[in-house]
Amino acid sequence: MRRRLAGKRVVVCAGSGGVGKTTTSAALAMGLAAAGARVAVVTIDPARRLANSLGLEGLDNEPRLVDPARFEGHGIAMRGELWAMMLDPKRTFDELVERLAPDAGSRDDVLANRIYQQLSGAVAGSQEFTAVAKLYELDRSGRFDVLVLDTPPSRNALDFLDAPDRLTGFLEGRALKVFLAPTGLAARVVGAGTGVVFSVLRRLTGMDLLDDLGVFFRALGGLVDGFRERAEGVKALLGDPATTFLIVSSPEREPVEEAIFFRGKLADHGMPFGGLVVNRVRALNGGGGPPGADAESLAGALGPKLAAKVTRAYAEERALAERDAAAIERLRAATGDAHPVVVPQLAGDVHDIDGLVAVHGHLFAA
Amino acid sequence: MSATAPAARRPRPAAGLLEKPLVVVTGKGGVGKSTVAAALGLAAARRGKRTIIAEVARRDDVSRVLGGTGVHEDELAPGLHHISIDPEDALEQYLVDQLPSRALADVLLSSRGFGYLAAATPGLRELLTVGKVWELAQEDRRTPGARPYDLVILDAPATGHGVAILAAPRTFADAALMGRIARQGRIIDAMLSDPAQTGVVAVARAEEMPVNETLALQDALPVTVGLQIDVVVANGLLPDRFSAAEVDALRAAPPSPPVRAALIAHARARAQRAQLARLRRAARAPVLTLPFVSAALLDAARIEPLVRALERAL
Repeated sequence: MRRRLAGKRVVVCAGSGGVGKTTTSAALAMGLAAAGARVAVVTIDPARRLANSLGLEGLDNEPRLVDPARFEGHGIAMRGELWAMMLDPKRTFDELVERLAPDAGSRDDVLANRIYQQLSGAVAGSQEFTAVAKLYELDRSGRFDVLVLDTPPSRNALDFLDAPDRLTGFLEGRALKVFLAPTGLAARVVGAGTGVVFSVLRRLTGMDLLDDLGVFFRALGGLVDGFRERAEGVKALLGDPATTFLIVSSPEREPVEEAIFFRGKLADHGMPFGGLVVNRVRALNGGGGPPGADAESLAGALGPKLAAKVTRAYAEERALAERDAAAIERLRAATGDAHPVVVPQLAGDVHDIDGLVAVHGHLFAA
Repeated sequence: MSATAPAARRPRPAAGLLEKPLVVVTGKGGVGKSTVAAALGLAAARRGKRTIIAEVARRDDVSRVLGGTGVHEDELAPGLHHISIDPEDALEQYLVDQLPSRALADVLLSSRGFGYLAAATPGLRELLTVGKVWELAQEDRRTPGARPYDLVILDAPATGHGVAILAAPRTFADAALMGRIARQGRIIDAMLSDPAQTGVVAVARAEEMPVNETLALQDALPVTVGLQIDVVVANGLLPDRFSAAEVDALRAAPPSPPVRAALIAHARARAQRAQLARLRRAARAPVLTLPFVSAALLDAARIEPLVRALERAL
């Protein structure tokens, strides 16, 4: 892993939800920091205990230095600095508006608009955009040697890659212009005389919604150039040679398919693929021969009843291990990463420093 | 309904769920939502309910389990149908339904300006999606020639977005104080926020993060949509087969691959039981458990144990 990340300034961990992306991101950042770099890890929705163990209780949307004392006694010598932050999408969006608004009036118009409040809150896509916007801002600040981004648990990895494009397209001005001048909309639709279309829209949506939308677009209009510049900067950053995408998966079917799909999307977008991390792999260490050979000695040592249970548990573990091996094989073939980093299913909990250290050990194993 | 049903031999903790016309299945990504939705659909269909499972945004996870192709209302098993809702299709259907002529709808749909506007309006995709779900659940279907369903099961997106989808009609109704969309938003919201008409199944795994998210959903639902979780399903429960004395015997036995594997399986099962206990303590809804089924080979036959477990509880 160290070799794969050499010279990288931005590491994006992508993959479907529930595959241990946050833990992987944190363990990666910890490893890079331990080796001497100033690293910030941006997480979206960490387990509370992981957040606590990193000292992330205060959600202020800014990176905080993780106290190196937290790693004492866990076998990690922190030569660099580990910073961590939990992203607050709404707040990031608000800050962006504040920064880009040409004046206080248009800033307040945007922030108070109901449509904006929807957009910046729960609507799909806003997390993705704010995550990359924050990444860009941190990169520009020059405060860190490496940024590790834990991407939102999106069902659709595409949302994330397309976020800058979508926002630019959205704000390109076409939608805005269309909307700002009703005659403009009419003219674009079918030429002259299509006040009809607008009146139909008006009947469907109701005046207030249209007015709200109008205010929204008008208010955002002043921010368009700033947003476009920002989105283009984000896009350039994602495609930069110093950026790398790690795809995180588990051997379960859905994450595997998602990982393969995402690999294709990275290629389509010309974005750099840094490799695959497969978490929660069940493997039989120390040999996994057929149970038959051991059956007799098992029965001798444990008695027939317990031996039968053990044999059944063993058969199930073997089936899972074979299944996981097949999943890794499929990932290998389909993503072109011949040597994915494999992290075994850990028996204990990984939501604390010891868990991070354990994952770290597998990620950075030679 | 549960009030009038004769006392069953076993308590059926989630009795009455399938009597509601709409059941929303939600939960964190990767917990097996679609599998549970498919199993729930089969259980309902076997009770004689004409059922449809609606998936959102071209995911087709259910149809990968049970077959089926996508955006049409396909019958996957006797009485069990499936549709993958595409917001663009839903928009087209909506306009055709609402406007006086097909030609006018086509004018709008082919207009670049309108396309930009529709794509740029925050929450519109969510509204159209949930509007289609509502339409499926109506006695009097708006889709020409379509037959009504007794039960619509919405296989919702991962928890956060799932709530956004359910809240979309209310948001629009509030934003558009008059006009047709506001009126329709209110009608849809009236169904989605009525616990007698809309049930919620929260799917979790007995692991830290899915349990946390389920408990967060439990707090968020009443506030954002006015609903409660009806049933929590803890999916993928591993067998917990070794007693404490047996574990001691295993630890004392000469190490061998089977013994090591048994101890690993035991540790995993115990960790799950601890999370399950935490979930049970904090959940205000009954918690059902479903056994682990190897997802790599999931098909109609493999989910049979899940269907039967649900049939016993519902």
